Amino acid sequence: MRKWILAVMPLAIGALTATAQVKKPATTKPAAKQAGGAATATIGRGKLLYKQYCISCHQENGTGVPRMNPPLIKTEYVLGDKTRLIGILLNGLNEDVEINGEYYSNPMPSQAALKDQEIADILSYVRNNFGNKAGTVSAAEVTAVRATIK
Amino acid sequence: MLMQKTKVCLVVALAMTAITTSVFAGGPGKPGASDVKPDANNAGLKLPAGFGAVKVADSLGRTRHIAVTANGGIYIKLDRARNSNGILYLQDTNGDGKADKKTSFGAYGGTGIYVKGDYLYATSNEDIYRYKLDAQQQVVDPEHPETVVSGLINRRQHESKSIVLDDNGNIYVNIGAYSNSCQTKDRTAGSLGMQPCPVLDSAAGIWQFKADKQNQTYGDGVRYATGLRNVVGLDWNKSANQLFVMQHGRDQLHDLFPSMFTEKQSADLPAECMYALKQGSDCGWPYIYYDPYQHKKMLAPEYGGDGKKTGGENAEEPVVAFPAHMAPNGLLFYTGNQFPEKYRNGAFVAFHGSWNRSPENQAGYYVVFVPFKDGKPSGKWEVFADGFAGPGPVKSPGDAVHRPCGLAQGPDGSLYVTDDVKGTVYRIVYKTK
Repeated sequence: MRKWILAVMPLAIGALTATAQVKKPATTKPAAKQAGGAATATIGRGKLLYKQYCISCHQENGTGVPRMNPPLIKTEYVLGDKTRLIGILLNGLNEDVEINGEYYSNPMPSQAALKDQEIADILSYVRNNFGNKAGTVSAAEVTAVRATIK
Repeated sequence: MLMQKTKVCLVVALAMTAITTSVFAGGPGKPGASDVKPDANNAGLKLPAGFGAVKVADSLGRTRHIAVTANGGIYIKLDRARNSNGILYLQDTNGDGKADKKTSFGAYGGTGIYVKGDYLYATSNEDIYRYKLDAQQQVVDPEHPETVVSGLINRRQHESKSIVLDDNGNIYVNIGAYSNSCQTKDRTAGSLGMQPCPVLDSAAGIWQFKADKQNQTYGDGVRYATGLRNVVGLDWNKSANQLFVMQHGRDQLHDLFPSMFTEKQSADLPAECMYALKQGSDCGWPYIYYDPYQHKKMLAPEYGGDGKKTGGENAEEPVVAFPAHMAPNGLLFYTGNQFPEKYRNGAFVAFHGSWNRSPENQAGYYVVFVPFKDGKPSGKWEVFADGFAGPGPVKSPGDAVHRPCGLAQGPDGSLYVTDDVKGTVYRIVYKTK
């Protein structure tokens, strides 16, 4: 039990720091406090999908590539507004991205060909890995954003 | 006009004399001397026996390309301007190899920088500027450069503009493709290539402009070579009187066409190629890529290829094919006398290091050497300077402590290498004494 608390402590501190950097704090509760099983399942599926679709640019550890592909760690892009984040996956992103004073120039291709549940899984994984801690993303949230596009 | 030309020739001749003189004028304690004492640990680099390295400077920012003047002054281009300064000028006034004086100017980021005759040339990601140099090879008026070329394509991907000059008053600039492989949807799995590829009209090649004419743009230049996805390292080979370039090969064969290429194949393909160019050269991008195992030009999967079909019958053959994805950011033909004979006229290539080999370890992050004879490679390439990235394997480029980027030769024949992670400048010397 004590071991578990010790393990969670740095994550909790990380989450606090992360929240402090985020302009709009996530409205949902952290994944750990949600129905645990469902969160674990979506994050688990997301890990496999991340390896398939995201890993070459954003790297296994989420650090991205200096000057080119943005990191996914403790950035408002990932931890902040879910609508914007879902929109980036659906639309792609081709603009200068600035994170902690560094700039990233490679365009991100649209991932709109993925199913809503797959996008939800990937984002849930990314928001709860690499030291990130934020609410999971549901397929319904992706569907809602997709409906606003086109 | 004729008078002016003669004057320019005279100035060039004088500058050449100055260069030649300074090569032989190096002595103990003198700036640019060849007997600079290497750092105890060779600045953390692993070098061949007899070589040493000095850390000239550190923490300069994202130092991209570098040019060293006839009297040992160092100009460096920063990727992003810091406090409105994107060009650094470093001097080693006491000759110990360490920069002890630094000034800066040029309110733009970029990569390219080159000294030729009595001008310093530098690039943003859209424009080429030049600054008049005085007799000490220092910029006369840092606030008012001439605009040589403006309005070159910068669509963020492969945006850097690298430059080199020939001996006939021409400047060559890389305009990188704003695309990975000219897919209808860039970097999107299964998306096919556009036919013909529209990127080639204004990018994915080397353009030639007049070095001494102001305010040129596309219409004034010549598309000197095409079918080059992105070139960061390039140099004019004086013994062959020819432009050589290093191409960054395409990415993500597996991600984009998983049924045709395994992750392993994607990590190992295609080669990073060196090309010897002439006017009109077509190196084949996006229609082909080079497979260093089959030694063949392969049809790209976006254009009907499957990893087995060859293509690009008229495309140039590479001069050297290096392992995939290592990102050659610097090329320098060595013309100095300080290094042993085997290095004379050979090529140094700075590999920035890969990002596109996961889940395998990344590769590169070193400077290699290719011996040349009569303008052609005369032997296998070998790692020359290693250890930039640090002791551990590089799983992801963010793990690399330093990444080599730019190369330059000092007047005494020292080799300078920049690192664009920590902003370190290395000077590699041959320990003759």
